Amino acid sequence: MSNHLIDPNNWIDLYSDYLYNYTISRVSDKTVAQDLVQDTFLAALKSMKNFKGESSERTWLISILKRKIIDYYRKINSNKGKAEVRIDYNSDSESEGDWLEERVADPYDKTAEDTMQNDELGEAIYKCLDKLPKKQADVFKMKTIQGLETEVICNELNITASNLWVIIHRARTAMAECLKENWF
Amino acid sequence: MIKKIKVFIPCKEANHVCDKTQYRESSFWEKIKLNFHLLYCKACRKYSSNNANLTQTIDKSNVKCMDKKCKESMKQEFEKALKEIEH
Repeated sequence: MSNHLIDPNNWIDLYSDYLYNYTISRVSDKTVAQDLVQDTFLAALKSMKNFKGESSERTWLISILKRKIIDYYRKINSNKGKAEVRIDYNSDSESEGDWLEERVADPYDKTAEDTMQNDELGEAIYKCLDKLPKKQADVFKMKTIQGLETEVICNELNITASNLWVIIHRARTAMAECLKENWF
Repeated sequence: MIKKIKVFIPCKEANHVCDKTQYRESSFWEKIKLNFHLLYCKACRKYSSNNANLTQTIDKSNVKCMDKKCKESMKQEFEKALKEIEH
């Protein structure tokens, strides 16, 4: 397996939308999702030295996020006074700190929830967005996913409307090309 | 003098109208011109169908992303933590 490098400086730009989308489909509360993503980034920062480069940064972050989501449900469950089930992953302290890497999801081994079509589709969309130049991806996200008005985007990014439509056209062409094979 | 009504539009304009239509921002007259263009232009027909599929796919996926304000505040928090770690 190729060795992946870790560089936290670009994490938020690169992965926050992806992680947020992953979370929101599981907790369906905006604020909670944002908090979980935030926690994930901070936890990842703290355990950066455990990152061995066996998986991509994205996969590694998702594995942390998954834990955070489980913890979140555990917490609200125990708040309701329900029985709390604790399963310790490893009881020996020798391999402590290893759990993150060991729990990295195998990209070829999809769990039941991951096979849900929407999840995969969301993932595919973000993968295609990754291939676009940053500006195109940003404009496309704002216009198509957030549904912002043309005027608002133009003001924010300081571009003209015709400029925006050119960017949108390029982004849509690339996105359609990228998603066509598996999703249309 | 009455302006001559333009019915034939170039492909570039047709694609632009098609893009606008995906966001419901094209006028009725623009849509008529687009559909007329699609009658005789195979390339644009293909683009239009791909484009419509893309809109449908994104709608179906219910994909979400974070708003800018939230991302900015997250960034600030994160950079603070990053500095602490480096020291």
